[in-house]
Amino acid sequence: MIDMQGKSCPVIANHVKVALVGQPNVGKSMLINSVSNAHLHVGNFSGVTVDKTEVLFDYKEYHFTVVDLPGTYAFTDYTIEERVTHDYLCAEDYDIIINVVDSTNLAKNLQLTSELLTMSKKVVIALNMSDEAEKEGIEVNAEYMSELLGVPCVKVSAATKMGIEELIDEVLLTHEHDKETSKLIFSEPVEEEIARIVWYLDKHKYEAINSYRNIAINLLKNNKKTYEKLHDNPIWTELQPILIEAARHIELHHDSDDIKESFAEEYASFNRGIVAEVVQQKTKIEKKTLTEKIDSVLIHPFLGIPIFLFFMWGLFQLTFEVGAIPMEYIDGFFSWFGDTIGSTIANDDIRSLIVDGIIAGVGAVVLFVPNIIILFIGIALLESTGYMSRVAFLLDGFFHKCGLHGQSFIPLVTGFGCSIPAYMSARILKNDRDRLLTLFIIGFMSCGARLPVYVLFAGAFFSPEMAGNVLFIIYISGAMIGLVAAKILKLTAFKGVDEPFVMEMPKYRLPSVKLIWHTVLTKTMMYLKKAGTFIAAASMLVWFLSNYPHNVVLEEKYGVKIENTVNEDEKRVFENQLAVDLLEQSYLGTIGKFSEPIFAPLGFDWKMSVALQTGLAAKEVVVSTLGVLYSLGADVDEENNSLINAISKNISFASAIAFIVVIMIYLPCLAASVVFTREAGHIKYFFYLLAFTSIAAYSLAFIAYNVVLYFS
Amino acid sequence: MSPKKENLNTKTLLDCKKACVVQVTKLNAKDELKQRLISFGIMKEATIEVLEYAPAKSTIEVKVGKMRIALRDKEAALIEVEKI
Repeated sequence: MIDMQGKSCPVIANHVKVALVGQPNVGKSMLINSVSNAHLHVGNFSGVTVDKTEVLFDYKEYHFTVVDLPGTYAFTDYTIEERVTHDYLCAEDYDIIINVVDSTNLAKNLQLTSELLTMSKKVVIALNMSDEAEKEGIEVNAEYMSELLGVPCVKVSAATKMGIEELIDEVLLTHEHDKETSKLIFSEPVEEEIARIVWYLDKHKYEAINSYRNIAINLLKNNKKTYEKLHDNPIWTELQPILIEAARHIELHHDSDDIKESFAEEYASFNRGIVAEVVQQKTKIEKKTLTEKIDSVLIHPFLGIPIFLFFMWGLFQLTFEVGAIPMEYIDGFFSWFGDTIGSTIANDDIRSLIVDGIIAGVGAVVLFVPNIIILFIGIALLESTGYMSRVAFLLDGFFHKCGLHGQSFIPLVTGFGCSIPAYMSARILKNDRDRLLTLFIIGFMSCGARLPVYVLFAGAFFSPEMAGNVLFIIYISGAMIGLVAAKILKLTAFKGVDEPFVMEMPKYRLPSVKLIWHTVLTKTMMYLKKAGTFIAAASMLVWFLSNYPHNVVLEEKYGVKIENTVNEDEKRVFENQLAVDLLEQSYLGTIGKFSEPIFAPLGFDWKMSVALQTGLAAKEVVVSTLGVLYSLGADVDEENNSLINAISKNISFASAIAFIVVIMIYLPCLAASVVFTREAGHIKYFFYLLAFTSIAAYSLAFIAYNVVLYFS
Repeated sequence: MSPKKENLNTKTLLDCKKACVVQVTKLNAKDELKQRLISFGIMKEATIEVLEYAPAKSTIEVKVGKMRIALRDKEAALIEVEKI
């Protein structure tokens, strides 16, 4: 929940609770952002808002609570998000509904509207994207539409903030007045049957909160909850034959054996009437819209997939090439900063804690901020332009063969940014088996926090020209391993029938710079905040564990040796040896040595083993741990103080490859694991994930290590 | 009407070529999928235009009203259509 003012609303009379409802991708979240200056996540595909979000704000003398509900095409329980919306609208307490509709596609949007109108709730319709509609030459007569529907319709544009105040004023006005009866009228046979049921309920003075008309419509539509309510009432015995007769009558009229289908047709014909009355297409519709022209290239049967791969390749090239430019300065800044701060601290232990612990650890993580920013911009572009759904379309055939659903692509790509929102967006998958399978695979998509590890190792072992390609290969092979894992899981643990694939392909939209800037800024700040708090604390812990217990005997032994030598080089050798010996007998060294045999077949030394273990807390900690360990450890000569050099000097190529493989596959960070467990619904799935990823990571790393050893 | 001719008449969306415009005559989908198709506007008498096929015809993009929808071959085969 987001509390915009940072204060909670006192319970007073002037409180309006608004439910924001609309079909997916009509700009509900964007509307809420422009109403309240909130910063909800906005994207151009269905399923951005997966849970209801509350936003509070004040307007005139009123306290508003706006509940942003996940988009829903109709009143069905097809996906989890649709269930969230449906349940909320039917069971929760709220004052008024704002129905957000896309003015450029009214006919489709009214399908949900007409269902909302049959509920006994106050409704205000927000005709969103009015500016876009105008550009396309579509004119909507809002006044006439208000009159025809019996609910106020207000033209707004969330993007340009047009009509927002009018909308809120209209909400207040509607809130203050009694509800007008809806003017939604069905065909004659349906109206006849509604009248008959209403008459019957009226005769028996049936007590209900909803209007009789509303109950009658729900009964005719086979609404389960209404049935349950009436089922235990004595009037049921008489009502049942009336309903059976009514259903037969309506089905006969529609030449169908499905009452829900019949009602959908009823709504559709009502909507066609409304659209014909209020919408005017001024300019001639072009034969091919811009979206279709772009699509003819981007989802071309042969070119589509190569184009997509090219985009991804370009993104990772940029991530490395452009991201590397400021790295040198950041690195320089932190070593200067460490030296400057260090020279002001007299106490050896405290200086070491600050310089080698906190500054080295945090610095190692901050170093990768430029890379992170570029990756986030790429993902934000993918999300906001509408290209994501195209890729889902292109890849569905291939995904389907791997046991995944085309729509799994959306959470999977989100997983390249961060696993946490990815786990949440898996809710767009309707079927629990598909969703669980996708949850298990998301971890294979390397998240942004793992990028620093890859950049570090790619920089250490490959030439700068190759490093971008290496990044691309790492990400793609991670995804490939994920697909193979999906197939294996589908054939074993998640056997079952395939779910249908029916997905909307949104219009292409040019993302606003503001939106991208905002998304990227929030994510980057989160990364930096994590570096400043969690990573700093973890670095202190790692520093402590690697410095204690002090071994006086060792220090004295080397102290004497160092004093007795005159040769500077020899002195340095002894100093290094002391550092190495001290580190090895520290707490961390003990842990590392203890787990070293487990990782020995993969060619990891104890430092790498420790880094992997601390990485369970967060993947950034892998880099900060290595930073602390190598800044304390063996190589303390001046020219070689950068971490990249330390890594390329101390770690063999084969071990490095095995290390990358483990990082790619093993358990995601603590926070992500918690979200995974919540989304999967049971703690047992966490243990499955732990076992699955550990076994996969270990065996693949073992294979990779030996293959590389064999060839080098 | 000969049986052969009847077969020609009851074709599904999957049989349509690219850029073909057809009208829905019947939905053979069951329960939830049917609801889903209907909520996307794919219902009796709706006009559908075939926009694009994915490689190997595994997925198909159609246009209903102003909305573009992606369907898998299996789902498209459940939608009976006739030429208009």
